[in-house]
Amino acid sequence: MTTGTVRTKMNMLSRFMLLSSVACAVSGALASEPFPSTYQVPASPPVLIQGATVLTGTGERLEGADVLIANGRIQAIGKGLAAPSDARVVDAKGKWVTPGLIDIHSHLGVYASPAVKGLDDGNEATAPVTSNVWAEHSVWPQDPGFEAALEGGVTTMQILPGSANLIGGRSVVVKNVQGVTYQAMKFPGAVYGLKMACGENPKRVYGEKHQAPSTRMGNVAGYRQAFADAQDYQQQWDKYNRELTEFNKKKAERADGAAKKSKDKDAAAEKELMPPSPPKRDLKLETLAEVMKGNIRVHMHCYRSDEMATMLDVADEFGFKIVAFHHAVEAYKIADRLADKGVCAAMWADWWGFKMEAYDGVQENLAIVDFPERSCAIVHSDSGDGIQRLNQEAAKAMAHGQRAGLTVAPERAIRWLTANPARSLGLQDQIGTLEAGKGADVVIWNGNPFSVYALAEQVFIDGALKFDRAHPPAKPRSDFLLGRHIAEAPL
Amino acid sequence: MKSLCLLVCMAGGIMGTQYAEAQDFVIRGATVHTASAKGTLKNTDVVVRGGLIVAIGSDAGSGARVIDARGKELTPGLFGGLTDIGLEEIAAEAQTVDSTLNLKSPEWDQQWRPELDVTLAYNPRSFVVPVTRIEGVTWTVLVPSAADSIIGGQGSAVVLDGRYDAALAGSRSLFVQMGAAGARVAGGTRAAEYMLLEQAIHEARAPGPIGQGALLHAAGREALTRYLTGGRVVFQVDRAADILGVVTFAARNGMKPVILGGNEAWLVATELAKANVPVILNPLDDLPLDFDRLASTLENAARLQRAGVRIAFSSGDTPQARLVRQLAGNAVAHGLPWESALAAITSTPADIFGLGATHGRIAVGRSADLVLWSGDPLEVTTLADQVWIAGRQVELKSRQTELRDRYVEKVKAHQAR
Repeated sequence: MTTGTVRTKMNMLSRFMLLSSVACAVSGALASEPFPSTYQVPASPPVLIQGATVLTGTGERLEGADVLIANGRIQAIGKGLAAPSDARVVDAKGKWVTPGLIDIHSHLGVYASPAVKGLDDGNEATAPVTSNVWAEHSVWPQDPGFEAALEGGVTTMQILPGSANLIGGRSVVVKNVQGVTYQAMKFPGAVYGLKMACGENPKRVYGEKHQAPSTRMGNVAGYRQAFADAQDYQQQWDKYNRELTEFNKKKAERADGAAKKSKDKDAAAEKELMPPSPPKRDLKLETLAEVMKGNIRVHMHCYRSDEMATMLDVADEFGFKIVAFHHAVEAYKIADRLADKGVCAAMWADWWGFKMEAYDGVQENLAIVDFPERSCAIVHSDSGDGIQRLNQEAAKAMAHGQRAGLTVAPERAIRWLTANPARSLGLQDQIGTLEAGKGADVVIWNGNPFSVYALAEQVFIDGALKFDRAHPPAKPRSDFLLGRHIAEAPL
Repeated sequence: MKSLCLLVCMAGGIMGTQYAEAQDFVIRGATVHTASAKGTLKNTDVVVRGGLIVAIGSDAGSGARVIDARGKELTPGLFGGLTDIGLEEIAAEAQTVDSTLNLKSPEWDQQWRPELDVTLAYNPRSFVVPVTRIEGVTWTVLVPSAADSIIGGQGSAVVLDGRYDAALAGSRSLFVQMGAAGARVAGGTRAAEYMLLEQAIHEARAPGPIGQGALLHAAGREALTRYLTGGRVVFQVDRAADILGVVTFAARNGMKPVILGGNEAWLVATELAKANVPVILNPLDDLPLDFDRLASTLENAARLQRAGVRIAFSSGDTPQARLVRQLAGNAVAHGLPWESALAAITSTPADIFGLGATHGRIAVGRSADLVLWSGDPLEVTTLADQVWIAGRQVELKSRQTELRDRYVEKVKAHQAR
């Protein structure tokens, strides 16, 4: 058996710590990250999944293979693995096993069901740049969409603000676990994303209010001014930090000198040694400054290829990186450029035509974007329906790729739903593939997942069985859905 | 002379592409899913002549052009659901949308226009038409709506072969928006939907001078009257209580109701079966998207079918009407028998819209609207290999395939360097 590189738990742990500390290094104003995750890996017995067709997410397909899970992690993959005495053994002959699916474009919780005004929390459409808002503060953990997504095998998702704004705010990465608070779902150590948006939505929303931007050129001016302001803001902090260092140095010198010399120093000079006052924190610019330092990852809603190219240039101008274009309906027109730049494209299988910038959608988009070397094609949902069937989206794209002469095998296509989205989130060392040492997010399917008839039978998150189709939960996970069965039954 | 020739030749060209002679041929050796009582027939020949299916059997149609279909599966042309194909090119661009009447009348002085027939706005040259039919979807039903009335107007089934006279005779239906969406334009309560409907029916049945506050014009009275003697009225409604309300109301007023939406229909399945009222639903609707749809479930289709309710599938999505097979396949994954799922996108909608004698089945005498598939027709990895509408072969090309061909070549060339 070959499962690619085997990582030790220690290695995983150190990488995890590194991510956390990077995320904490904000503009110099904060000692620790606010709103920390309270998620804990639940204790659960070891599980040995036996005799399955395993798509590892590393590009391999193993037949008749076993997967051993313990302590929340993948322990081993191979044939004839021995079960620990306390292990639950799952006979998976004829079944397929994949990593847990990852959706990097979800609005669950921020545009929850029911879609009533009181839960309409996805777009802070009051100004075109709202990098100060954080999607997590809108997430309603009781959205019934979470458990529906779990039944579709989704174990991790990035929840984003909507696309009304040029810069919509910070995303949050969550594990698809039940929580009364979003902090209980928050992926520990995951780096924040920043949602930005190209094209029609911002120019329409603000154009209708008779304010900027009302055109695509207005959009680009908006992004550039925001990042120029953030550069200025960062310079103020850099200046302050230099002055503070200088002050601390002088203070230390003086303390040193005071200890050595006598007290006949000039009293006025003593008074001059005042600490510098820090600039006022600006939450908008603070986030953008962190983007330019590489501590927050840019996820950009962008349909048209020409606009994606413009944004790659804007990113170069201000020294940040766009990790993924989302929707990317025309990504197929610049597939080679995206691969060369190492930028992911997160796509639907076939959405098109609902607005002008979606007019050139083709069903081969995923397969074409996937074709170049070093490509990073991702299936995303942007939908409470689509997130339940990401596997079918991939399947449709495979079929159309095949017809166009771009054959994508299941062991490669699964990467659109697992390894590639993990890479775009910077979580590739923790999730997205089935490799020893990685988090045990695992789905057992009743057959080939690239089929309309495929259903997730068992879904594990960090080794804990979170959904079991054979034993569905007696009560819904969402508080909102409680009482439904009582109301549905007449006396 | 030259200009005359140009005109005549152009006209000839248009006529030529539009009314090209249907070919006579035999589809040999397919697995034929008839969507009729005959079920699935293995290794069977289907003979097409003059645009119609003229024989089904073994070694039939000798002498005709043969299409080798061994190992492939044949179905009737699929129903794309209730859409605005040909009425809407790009939903977000108002100038390309002809599906919605907006007279901007105030709530207290509503104008109801049941006489509006949105079929008149159908554009067979829409780019959506080829995009849809190359996926095996050969017909759809056009749905009108109104911005300020619960009466959307009338719409017909159209065949997606590009002809101008695309409407299928006998399929015209009246569309009514009920539930919370209807209440928004009816004055704020769904009870007013019935109040206004009663008023309109009264105006139609007892016509007097059109006074102040009348809902209908003379043409509207005439149009509505046609639906009060067994006319087909499609009610868009999801909540169980509203579905029963509609069934009762329709029976009392001589309408033949069809439920569209029906997310909570499974809760009143027995009543629907008893009243023989069909439901057109999206089997993927499982989220409680609003307080009319709290009981939504992926098992809606299977539960209705088990109770004996006739079901058809529609996503209502115009550009994505082509995905109707995915709806059917998912319904199967959630308990619906495969044959019932196929019927829900072929024969049952044809029956619902009065087209059962001409469309929706592979049977002698029916229109040769046929699709030959590379595998299981309900499987998402299966694609249409050949499509015929009224015996004419559909070239599997659209604006999207041309975009595809241009850029597939580009990416392959780039990687080859």
